[in-house]
Amino acid sequence: MKDRPRVQDFDWPLLGIVGVISLLGVLEIYSSTHASAMAGMHWRQLMWIGIGIVGMFLISRIDYHTLLDQAPILYLVGIAGLLVVLVVGYSRLGAKRWISLGGQTLQVSELMKLIIIIVLARYFNEVRTDRLTLADLAKVAALTLVPVGLILKQPDLGTAMMLVPVALVGAFFAGIEWKHLAVGLLLIALLVPLAWNMRHHLKPYQQQRIETFLHPEQDQRGAGYQILQSEIAVGSGGFWGKGFGKGSQNQLGFVPVRYSDFILAALAEEQGFIGVCVVLLLYLGLILRLVDNAQKAKDRAGMYVVMGVTAILGFHVLVNASMVIGYVPVTGIPLPLMSYGGSTTAFVFLAFGLVMNVRMRRFVN
Amino acid sequence: MAPWNVIDQKIPQGRLALFSYISAALVIFLLVGFWKLQVVQSEHYADLADKNGIRPIAIIAPRGAMLDREGRVLVDSYPSFSILLMRDNPKLLERSLPQIEEGLGIAKEDLQQQLDAAKFEPKFLPLVVKPAASEADIEFVDSHRADLPVLELEMVQRRRYPFGEMLANTIGYVGEVSPQELEKNPDRYKPGDLVGKAGLEREYNDQIVGTDGMKRVVVNSVGKVIRTLDNIDAIPGKPIQLTIDEDLQRIADTDLADKQGAVVAMDGHTGEILAMVSRPTFDPNDFAVRIPAQEWAALNSDPNTPLLNRAIQAQLAPGSTFKIIMATAMLESKALPDDFTAFCPGQAVFYGRVFHCWQAKGHGSVDLHSGIVHSCDVFFYNVGQRLGIDKIYHYASGLGLGRRTGIDLPGEEPGLMPSEEWVQRVYHHKWYAGETISVAIGQGAVTVTPIQLARAYNAVASGGVLVQPHLLKNVTDTKDERFPLSDDTVEKVTQGMYGVINEGGGTGYALRLQNVEFSGKSGTAQLMSYQAGSKVGGRAGKLTNGWFVGYAPRRNPDIVVAAVVQGSTEHGGTTAGPVVRDIVKAYYDKKNGRLAQPSTAENIPPSRVIPVVDPEAEAQTR
Repeated sequence: MKDRPRVQDFDWPLLGIVGVISLLGVLEIYSSTHASAMAGMHWRQLMWIGIGIVGMFLISRIDYHTLLDQAPILYLVGIAGLLVVLVVGYSRLGAKRWISLGGQTLQVSELMKLIIIIVLARYFNEVRTDRLTLADLAKVAALTLVPVGLILKQPDLGTAMMLVPVALVGAFFAGIEWKHLAVGLLLIALLVPLAWNMRHHLKPYQQQRIETFLHPEQDQRGAGYQILQSEIAVGSGGFWGKGFGKGSQNQLGFVPVRYSDFILAALAEEQGFIGVCVVLLLYLGLILRLVDNAQKAKDRAGMYVVMGVTAILGFHVLVNASMVIGYVPVTGIPLPLMSYGGSTTAFVFLAFGLVMNVRMRRFVN
Repeated sequence: MAPWNVIDQKIPQGRLALFSYISAALVIFLLVGFWKLQVVQSEHYADLADKNGIRPIAIIAPRGAMLDREGRVLVDSYPSFSILLMRDNPKLLERSLPQIEEGLGIAKEDLQQQLDAAKFEPKFLPLVVKPAASEADIEFVDSHRADLPVLELEMVQRRRYPFGEMLANTIGYVGEVSPQELEKNPDRYKPGDLVGKAGLEREYNDQIVGTDGMKRVVVNSVGKVIRTLDNIDAIPGKPIQLTIDEDLQRIADTDLADKQGAVVAMDGHTGEILAMVSRPTFDPNDFAVRIPAQEWAALNSDPNTPLLNRAIQAQLAPGSTFKIIMATAMLESKALPDDFTAFCPGQAVFYGRVFHCWQAKGHGSVDLHSGIVHSCDVFFYNVGQRLGIDKIYHYASGLGLGRRTGIDLPGEEPGLMPSEEWVQRVYHHKWYAGETISVAIGQGAVTVTPIQLARAYNAVASGGVLVQPHLLKNVTDTKDERFPLSDDTVEKVTQGMYGVINEGGGTGYALRLQNVEFSGKSGTAQLMSYQAGSKVGGRAGKLTNGWFVGYAPRRNPDIVVAAVVQGSTEHGGTTAGPVVRDIVKAYYDKKNGRLAQPSTAENIPPSRVIPVVDPEAEAQTR
C-alpha cells in the first residue's frame, strides 16, 4: 500500500476522454467563429482549458476530507458570494451573474456548484444511514434550495437547476426509499404545472422562453427562432454532416450562440449524426468512467463527491443536448468541455480535480 | 480523522450500476432524438436550411450624367426607392392588403388586380407596387417591417431629364435590357438592368453605364435580412460632355415646339452638333420610372412618330435646297458655261412634259445667281437636263447626300440619291431622263435628312470639307471628308446664298440679320406631285415640307443650321427660316456677350420694297 497520493494515480483514461472532447470543442469553436468578428476564440478557449488543468492539479493536492471538513464555511462563503452578486454584481445581458475579481469577472454560481457538491457529500456522509428519513430529505432540500433561490434571483434558471441533480443523486446513493423517490419525482412532475401557473412571476425573458418552447412556430424571429434554427442545423446535417466549416446554418450565424450553448447543433450540422454519436458516446464513456471512480472510492464521502460531479456533468449534457434538438426550452446551459466559456470550463476542470482527488486517495490511509 | 467521517458504510454498488444503466439509456434516448432529426427528417430540414441563406442584392450604379458643352447638366441620375410586394405568402398577403391600402394609398382593388395579373409568374418574384416611393411611403414601409413583412424597399437609380422634351430624341431614353441583348451579353447584363434604348443613351451606353455593386446579405427562412456579409460598392458611370449648347437647343426647341419637323445646328469647323430638335417628341422622364404599356403603345403607334429623331431619320425630298447642289455641280463639272442663262416663262417642256416653275408668271431671264436668289425652277430644270443624273449624283453624293453622315447616334437613315445604276439595280429599268428634271429641283426620288443638308451646305461654303457631325465633345478621331471645290465655285454659290437673304426679292429676305453674313437657301418640297396636288385640291393638295438651311458667315461657316417643318401649306422660308435665323442670331449674340434671346422683330432691319410677289414674299409681308 502506498501512503502518498501521486500524480501517477490520476485517472489517465478519463483525462484522455476529457482531452478528446475538449479538443473537439476547440475545433468546433474554431469552425464556428473563424470567419466572424469573434475569430480567435478557440485560442481563448485553449487558455481556459489550460487554466482549468492547473486548477485541477491544485485542487487534487488538497485532501477532499480537508475540503469536507470546511464544508459549512465553504457553504456560508458561497451563499455570501451569491448575495454579493445580487447587491453589487456586474450585469451582463440583463442578468447579474458576475462579480469582478481583479479585472476578471467570476461567475459565483459556477463556484456554488462545487460548493454544493462538497456540502452535500459531507451531509450525506454524516447522516450515515441507508434509509433517509423525511427529515433528512427536508434538510437536504433546504441546503440546496437556498442557493438555488439566490441563483434564480440573478436570474439564472439554468445554473440554479444544476444544483438539484446533486441533491437528487446524492439522496439516491444515500439510500432514499423508493417510495420517497417516487413521491419526490411525482412532486416534481406536479410542481412543473404549478410553476407554469406562476409563470407571471417569472422574468419576461423566462416567460418568453417557456412560451416559445410550447409554441415555437408562433414566433419565428424571437426565441422560438433559436430552437427552430438549431433544429434546422441539426436536421440538415444529415447522417454524414456537411463537413468541417461547411455548415451553412453555423457559418452564416443562424445557429444562436453557436460557439457556446448551441455548439452541439453546430457540430451536428457539420459532422452529422456520426459526429453526434461520437460525442455523446464520449460523454457516456466519461460518465461510466466517473461511476467507476465512485465505485472504487475509499469511502462514501469520496463516492458522494465523484457522483456529485457526475450528476452535474451528466445533467448538463442531458439538458443541453435536449435543448439543441428542441426537447426542452432554451435555458442557457452550456455543454461542458465543449462550449466556449471561462467560468464553465474552469468549473469542469476543478470538478475533475475533486474526482482525481478522490481517486488518488483510494489507497491512502 | 474528522468526527463526521466514519468509514463504516459500504459503497452502494448496486445503485451505482443502476446509475450507469440509466446514463446509457439517456444517451440512447438523446441519440434517438438526433436520429429523428438528422436521418428521418433530414430532407425537410435541409430544405429549410437552403431557404436560410445568402441573398445577393445588387447595388445599382448610377448612369453617368450628360453635360452640355458648357458643363450644364442635361441628364443625371438620382437614387429612388421602389416598394415591392412579396407574393410568397398568400395568406399573409391577403391579411396585409387593407393596411397597405391605407398606408400607401393604393386602392385594394388595384392591388388585387395587379396580383391577379401576376398570378402565373413565379411566387418569389415580387410585385413593384410603387416604382417611385415618396418619403412618406418609405417611412411607412420602414416602420411596419414587423407587421407588414410583405413590403420591401428596393433602391434603384433613376434617370432624370431636367429639360424633359427639349432633348428627348437626341438623348433618347433608357429601358430594361431586352431578352435579345441579354442573350448577346450574358456576362454584362442581368434581367432588369437599365440600358440605353435610343439616342445618346444607347450610343454611349458603354461609357456612361456604371458597374453595379453587390451586397450579400444573410436572410432567414422567412426572407428577412439578418445581416450583411460583404459589400462591394457600385462604381458610378462616368459623365460625358456633349457638344450641345443648352441655350441654342432651348431656342430651337421653343421655335419648333408646336410644329412637326426637325432642326439641327452644327459648328461649321468641327462638326460639333450645337442643337438638335425633333418634333413632335416625348418626355424621356416617362421612361425613367416605368412606362405604362398603353403609353408605350401610344408612342409607338402615333402617326406623328414622336419617337423618330427627324434630324437624322426623316428622309424627305429636299426641294429647292437641292439647287445649291445643282449650282455646285454646274460650276464644278463645267458641263455648262458659268454664265449660262435660261429664260423662265413660268414653265418649260422637257421630253414632252410640262414642268412648272413655282412662280407661274416666270422669272424672265435667269442666271445662276438670280436662279439661286429667286429659286427659279426653270433655270435648274435646264441645268439638270444638261448635267444628266449621273453628274448630279456624283456631286450630290460627293457632298454627302444619300449617305449616312456617321453621326454618333443610332438609327441614322441614309436618304436616297438616285442614279442610273440605282434604278437598274432596284427597278431593273433604264433611267427616265424626265426624272432628272424633277431631281434638279429636289423632287422625285431624291430624299435627304436634315443633318445631311447641314453638312452638305457647310461643305459647299467651306470649299469641300465634309465635317464629321458628332455629339460627343472632346473626340479627336473625327474623320472629315474632302470633296474639293474650286474657289470660284464656292464664291459664286455662296454669293447666291448670301443673296437669298440679303437681296431684295430673295426668298429669305425677311430673315436677314444685322452684322452677320447670314446666308442660306429655302426649299418647299411638295408632298404630292404638281399634277396630283391639283387633282386633290384644297389644303391637302398643297401640303409641303418647308426647308431652310442657313449658315454664317458666307464662307467658312461658324455655324450651319438645317430646319424642316413638315405638313405646312406655307413656304420653307416662312416656316423653317425663322427657326434657323433665331439659332444663328442667338449663336452670334452669345458670341458677342449678349444674352441669347429668341429673336424679335426689332432685330430685323427695316424691310425694303419687295419687287416680286410670290408665296415667299407674301409670307414675308404677313
